[in-house]
Amino acid sequence: MSMTKDELFEILSSGLPDSKIKIEDLAGDGDHYAATITSTKFKGLNKIQQHKLVYDALGEKMGYTLHALSIKTEIPED
Amino acid sequence: MEKNIKEKITEEISSNNVHLFMKGTPLFPQCGFSSTVVQILTYLEVSFSSTNVLEDENLREGIKEFSNWPTIPQLYVKGELMGGCDIIKEMFESGELQKIFLDEDLISN
Repeated sequence: MSMTKDELFEILSSGLPDSKIKIEDLAGDGDHYAATITSTKFKGLNKIQQHKLVYDALGEKMGYTLHALSIKTEIPED
Repeated sequence: MEKNIKEKITEEISSNNVHLFMKGTPLFPQCGFSSTVVQILTYLEVSFSSTNVLEDENLREGIKEFSNWPTIPQLYVKGELMGGCDIIKEMFESGELQKIFLDEDLISN
């Protein structure tokens, strides 16, 4: 079970429109990525709520199709 | 989710100030992310209890549903989900985690 970097980018982009997304392939095995997502949607939310938005975008894929995704959420500076 | 699983989780997080749902045990973590959180908690010298989700498949799936959080580890502080590995690491690096433990009287200066 794995996905390509492009697939992951597509999924995150469509689930979190208007976000800046940066994905790093950690192991080259299609299963370990680090994503940094910058979005105004995160304003006013705590970290748990911010990460939940990212998990929502991934839906069922997290933990099943994708084993390990390290997430970093950021709010754009004005 | 089975009723007894939900009860078990509720019992763990309400009777322990700091509780970690992890893969493996603090002495023998079986996943790098779980290991990272254990190292942070150990470094901060906060006393914590843990549940090895690998011992029970129902619990492993149950905790994800209970927290509405798809990954493990999950750290609970005073009954509230504080975060998974990424959040805990970020909070530790910014000093926020230590501050929460101090404010909650879970560690001393």
